[in-house]
Amino acid sequence: MKNEGVHPESGGKESSKPVEDHRLRLVNRTMQLYRNESHALIETLHAVQESFGYLEEGVLKHVANTLKVPLSRVYAVATFYHSFTLKPPGEHTCVICLGTACYIGGSGAIIDAIHEEVGIASGETSPDGKVSLLVARCLGSCGLAPAGVFDGEVTGKLNSAHVLETIGRWRTHEY
Amino acid sequence: MNIEDLHQIARMEQTQREGFQHRINVCVAAGCLSCGSGQLKEALEKEVSRRGLDNWCKVKGVGCLGLCTAGPLVSLETAGTYYQSVKISDVSDILEALGGKPVSRLVCPVDTAFFQRQVRIVSENCGRIDPERIEEYMAESGYEGLSLALSQMSPQEVIEEVSRSGLRGRGGAGFPTGLKWTAVSKAAGPTKFIVCNADEGDPGAFMDRSVLESDPHRVIEGMTVAGYATGASQGFIYVRAEYPLAVKRVRLALSQAEHMGVLGNNIFNTSFNFTIKVRLGAGAFVCGEETALIASIEGRMGRPRPRPPFPAEFGLWEHPTLINNVETFANIPPIIRKGGRWFAGIGTEKSKGTKVFALAGKIINTGLIEVPMGTPLRDIVYDIGGGIPQGKRLKAVQTGGPSGGCIPERFLDMPVDYESLAKVGSIMGSGGMIVMDETSCMVDVARFFMEFCKSESCGKCAPCRVGTRQIYDILSKITANQGSPEDLAMLEDLCDLMKSTSLCGLGQSSPNPVLTTLQYFREEYLSHIHDKNCLAGACKSLREAK
Repeated sequence: MKNEGVHPESGGKESSKPVEDHRLRLVNRTMQLYRNESHALIETLHAVQESFGYLEEGVLKHVANTLKVPLSRVYAVATFYHSFTLKPPGEHTCVICLGTACYIGGSGAIIDAIHEEVGIASGETSPDGKVSLLVARCLGSCGLAPAGVFDGEVTGKLNSAHVLETIGRWRTHEY
Repeated sequence: MNIEDLHQIARMEQTQREGFQHRINVCVAAGCLSCGSGQLKEALEKEVSRRGLDNWCKVKGVGCLGLCTAGPLVSLETAGTYYQSVKISDVSDILEALGGKPVSRLVCPVDTAFFQRQVRIVSENCGRIDPERIEEYMAESGYEGLSLALSQMSPQEVIEEVSRSGLRGRGGAGFPTGLKWTAVSKAAGPTKFIVCNADEGDPGAFMDRSVLESDPHRVIEGMTVAGYATGASQGFIYVRAEYPLAVKRVRLALSQAEHMGVLGNNIFNTSFNFTIKVRLGAGAFVCGEETALIASIEGRMGRPRPRPPFPAEFGLWEHPTLINNVETFANIPPIIRKGGRWFAGIGTEKSKGTKVFALAGKIINTGLIEVPMGTPLRDIVYDIGGGIPQGKRLKAVQTGGPSGGCIPERFLDMPVDYESLAKVGSIMGSGGMIVMDETSCMVDVARFFMEFCKSESCGKCAPCRVGTRQIYDILSKITANQGSPEDLAMLEDLCDLMKSTSLCGLGQSSPNPVLTTLQYFREEYLSHIHDKNCLAGACKSLREAK
């Protein structure tokens, strides 16, 4: 796994706290809020993902040491829950909802279209690092099916052409 | 804070509200926000100020108005007019028309069955109050139930009132709430917990999100009453991280409630203390199961454990724990305020009160509805839902999500309650209701749900871990034009095995979509296998093979 942003030697040793990184502030604050108790693990991983965009190995070791949780359990929790990702995301993120209403409304075909056009499946990032595709289980925007989230913005009543156009703009910097 | 203070705040709020001749409510729940209602509200506010109408006209953001398909929705509270699909360019026309004839091109008729047939208890404040202001909740008798319980009822009397109401758990299984509360109250130990299950993972269901976004204080009040009744002093709201707006509004509501003294230490100047913390889910459907949810709050993988012991005796950190769904807690304040008998007067003999459904799929009026238990399915689909778009024919109604079943058209006249749904092989579930028309292939729908269960299975017990995979593979084979005649018997065997041997509700109920489609739409399976034909024309490889 690539170690970006934190000290590459950070893992394993007693002094495993990565070098000062402003992105760690939110992570440390979250752990302090729960007095470094082990049950803060999931909340802390949310904070890591919010700050770093994904769960970075060095930071996971730091979290394991601070909360006094075995690294194996941190890894187990990080891989058990779908919200967490161990891979850095692309520059832009496209989430397509695959809830029942969206599926009935044709979101499966949109995902197929992205796969055909861009060559990425759910959880993958395009080779140019521009676009990540994620699948949501239900955004709760069933009234707008099929729905998706483009760089954090929920958009409803999607169709393949519109989605491919947005992704195309992202890849050619026209946004 | 005491009851006089509460009434004082309510009166002030009402007076202030009535001071405005026109009140424009803009829906700022997630559905309308994603069609731009946030910018619309800003534009309305700006235009009101620009025209100097600030003392005369009030623009406010409210929770879900229900008819999500017509968003962004705006309601003129004083005139009783609804506007639908409002754009920023409509702002000046709306303000011009205040006090006169409404803007006809925007009017959303409210004399329709969608609005008239609903009975609102849980959603009574949705679309009427600003969810980010506690004073507005108080003006609608908010926290009066809690005050009443603390000042005039013993914990035992509160539980009796809840039992009398006949309220059953709205999370899906329908366990009597009064019994659950009694079990926790009788459990030994000084430390007890109240947990609100807001991990609405069922794809196609957004009722709980809407309640939390539109009226979060109602849930807080319900939980606090439960704390008093069972002897707990700490609560948790376990909410999906995928609902950022609900999380934000719940957090805001909690801080307001603590500030006002209706949560925290010495609530309503009594010796009762109760605090609530928010815990975020992380996208695991199985965490809706109560023992998995407990594991997740404790910071572990959300894997269920065998029951008994039930959480009522042995729950969070091994202490007695009461776990109820958002909608269950949301029913508590009016039950305390108006009495269990009032509540028991609504609904059917065994299913009391109302149920909120998220109506979606191939239906004209998608959105959120609340109807009395026992309302015929036909009335929900054709009257309230407005029927199927483009003159297509209804094929099935899916309730209960991945744990529920597909109900065919011939059962449309059945009443929607716990028992009737179970009789046809489905469940009430949390309230997702997806309508499917003739273009939906039932084999593909069964495959869709099994794919969901396969990826959401926690992997702890073999029947679920392996069974979901095997069933999914067979269904994929059938939809990919490679089905064989033996497949159906194998499917039935596997479903039966999973139902009877899985550890938790996920595995036990995940065969339901397969079993109901096999039972009611067997001809579609047979047609895929024998005639290599998808009757709905949805399965790509069968289409291409033709």
